[in-house]
Amino acid sequence: MENPVKIALAGEGGQGVQSVAGIMVEAANDSGKEALYIPNFGVEQRGGVSVAFCQIGDEKIGSPKFKKADLVIALSDRAVRRTRQYADQNTVYLYDASIKGVEDGLPQEAKKVMAIPALEIAKKELHPRVFNVIIMGAAIEATKIVGMEQAKKAVEKRLGYKFVQNPKLRELNFKALEEGAELVRAQEA
Amino acid sequence: MSMPAVELEAKTQRKQAKPIEGVKKVFMTGNESVAWAALAAGAEIMYGYPITPQNEIMHYWTRLAPRYGKQFLQTEDEISAGFTTCGGVLAGKRAFTATAGPGNILMQESMSMAEMLRLPTVVIVQQRGGPSTATVIYSQQETTLTCFGGNGEGLRIVYSSSSHQDLFDYTIKAFNTAWKYRFPTFVLGDGYQAKMRESLHIYDPAAKGIKMEKTVPFVGQEGMPGVDRAPAHLRNTFNTEEELLEVITGYVAEYQKIAPEIIEYEVIETADAEIVLVAHGIVARAAWAAVRALRNKGVRAGFFRPITLRPFPAEQLRKAARTAKKLLVAESAQGQLLKLVQEALYGETVPIATYLMPGQGITAEELSDYVMELRSNKTNREGGSR
Amino acid sequence: MTVVPNMPKAWRIETKPHKFCPGCGHGLVLKALGEAIDELGVQERVVFGCDIGCSLLSWDFFNADTVQTHHGRTTPVMTGIKRARPDRICIAYMGDGGGYAIGAQHLVNAATRNEKITVILANNCNYAMTGGQMAPTTLPEMKTETTPYGRDVEETGYPTQGPEMVAAITGETAYSARGTVANLRQLKNYLKKALQNQIEERGFSFVEALSACPTNWSTNAKDTWHFLEETMPKYFKIGEVKVPVKEAKESNTSQGNHTKQ
Repeated sequence: MENPVKIALAGEGGQGVQSVAGIMVEAANDSGKEALYIPNFGVEQRGGVSVAFCQIGDEKIGSPKFKKADLVIALSDRAVRRTRQYADQNTVYLYDASIKGVEDGLPQEAKKVMAIPALEIAKKELHPRVFNVIIMGAAIEATKIVGMEQAKKAVEKRLGYKFVQNPKLRELNFKALEEGAELVRAQEA
Repeated sequence: MSMPAVELEAKTQRKQAKPIEGVKKVFMTGNESVAWAALAAGAEIMYGYPITPQNEIMHYWTRLAPRYGKQFLQTEDEISAGFTTCGGVLAGKRAFTATAGPGNILMQESMSMAEMLRLPTVVIVQQRGGPSTATVIYSQQETTLTCFGGNGEGLRIVYSSSSHQDLFDYTIKAFNTAWKYRFPTFVLGDGYQAKMRESLHIYDPAAKGIKMEKTVPFVGQEGMPGVDRAPAHLRNTFNTEEELLEVITGYVAEYQKIAPEIIEYEVIETADAEIVLVAHGIVARAAWAAVRALRNKGVRAGFFRPITLRPFPAEQLRKAARTAKKLLVAESAQGQLLKLVQEALYGETVPIATYLMPGQGITAEELSDYVMELRSNKTNREGGSR
Repeated sequence: MTVVPNMPKAWRIETKPHKFCPGCGHGLVLKALGEAIDELGVQERVVFGCDIGCSLLSWDFFNADTVQTHHGRTTPVMTGIKRARPDRICIAYMGDGGGYAIGAQHLVNAATRNEKITVILANNCNYAMTGGQMAPTTLPEMKTETTPYGRDVEETGYPTQGPEMVAAITGETAYSARGTVANLRQLKNYLKKALQNQIEERGFSFVEALSACPTNWSTNAKDTWHFLEETMPKYFKIGEVKVPVKEAKESNTSQGNHTKQ
């Protein structure tokens, strides 16, 4: 992928888009890379789609927002329509398989369009609350911006205080990361 | 009312504690880095009123400040935030405030008093869209307001930051510039810089050999006024035109004299440039990235970034412009930087192309594409404008 | 040998005679204030702030550090100083336009926060410096440059009741009173109590002083005094509206001759 790698993550409020974006860029920063993350906010976000713009590279990042992303992940039907503009022929476009009736809104020209059943796996196999962590796993697999171990470290850093109280949560979150990565590998294979 | 000895000692310890030891690499938002910079600079009190996108400066300050014996006052509006900041400075404290957009408008009244009384106020501006409420997101539309707001001559110092490192460095510097030269000083950021996260080094100024300027109270000095010393009688009103002219002429002369010591800018690869991109603030990042991309394609592009918008690096820009075939001014406003550039280049013949996007961010890709477009002569009669 | 008139010690003799019009009430308010400062022995600690309007002419009035600010903005400037230097005695001096119109939000919020500053407001029923326009305190039917046929309360409301408003919104440890330049002994007493409240770090203190403006009222000495003594107090009741809780408990006699409804 390009350097820096540009990622647009979009979803509804409460889907945890901004928090996983924060963990992801922190993982990259901790691994010695340059990272920049900016959320949309305020009136722009209230009642609208929450978008996280992330860039990760080897040198200082230029402008904080971008026109086209290397990876777009859309987690709701509104997010699909909102993020259409960030995709071009170099974009890998991921959306959750549970989103229906958006076929006309998907970027036909994208390098690759993948529907991944993240929500289903979260509900059936793990826990609905780790949906966004599955998405993070998918994002790092699709972009290779950081390795799995680095990602786990960043999750530990952010959520470690919860894991102390309930060590099972650690297992659950790490599993979610791996499942997310696996979903992308399965599609790419 | 006296304080118990133990409490007093704890308070003194808090005041002496260093917020940052040495140099530390961090990953945070711009607003957070401003709060840390103010702490590191030894700012003693912040006055503020909520407005997006600067709120987190207050949020971090209110969390950090009490640990180091610092104060905060939430005022009733930005008029009050500006005037209480003047009060804090009058009392001899490193006092500051932060604002944006409509709040920046309201603060112009107090900053014009600060100009007249030569008060070393420090204001952080995180620009949002304008005019009116517009967006809470981003723009560079407060350039003219921050440089020249108020019913006066713009006798202020304005640093335009383009990264979190800048926000940190220039917030510390703003306190020193303000207290050294006694002109109100601004750090002009924007909503992007306020809200985004990136890495930077935060530090104790002493660790970098930076000495903080001494602060002196304007009012409330020791001794009986009229007996031990003359009373401080500070006024911003004058009776006659001649009286005012004399005062302002003196201020202007002083401002012009110190300007060369204050002016800062960045200039890269302009010597052989066929086109020089001129941008400030966060747009300068896009411009610099575009210049690199263009150079990789074999296009001889150069870069000029004014860091101080007031005073403006006019001589330096003229020098860069003299060897260039064309300038391209890019900004997220409808020509506010452009006005400063045009004034600086009056009499020069270099054509100026523009890329003006009021209230919208500008990326490196669109700038390099536009330069390619300009070269292929598809765009416009004179300099080229968008 | 020149005879030096008896002046408060806190006054700056070099700037006297002062700049106010003949018959103006400001000089009297500032005389009462000067005496209050003298009697409390706090001159060295005073930081005095004056507003825009005729009050600005007091910028060099005292042998005390002084800041002349903008219209209505003296309250926040003094608040800013007091917050940064709690050991100073901060006095904001303004007119009715500054306190009740353009700076009303500052007065209201300083009172609500119970800022430990003293606000002194001269009420002369008009904007005097700008040539006698209607003020928030202009009386019903009173003629001014912007109410040439008299203030119509249907259109512009009734005069602002400042000390009453302050008393209603400020803290229990605050002080609020209305005096008059027609009774300087009482006015000085109110000003002393107000300053005392700040000295003891109890809370906000506010004193409105009914004042005279013969220049804009276009009155002779007799009519000026009549307006001040007879007409104004019909709308603006003289007395203490709020005394700090601690003080009220100690003595009931300090209660003013009019209480909040």
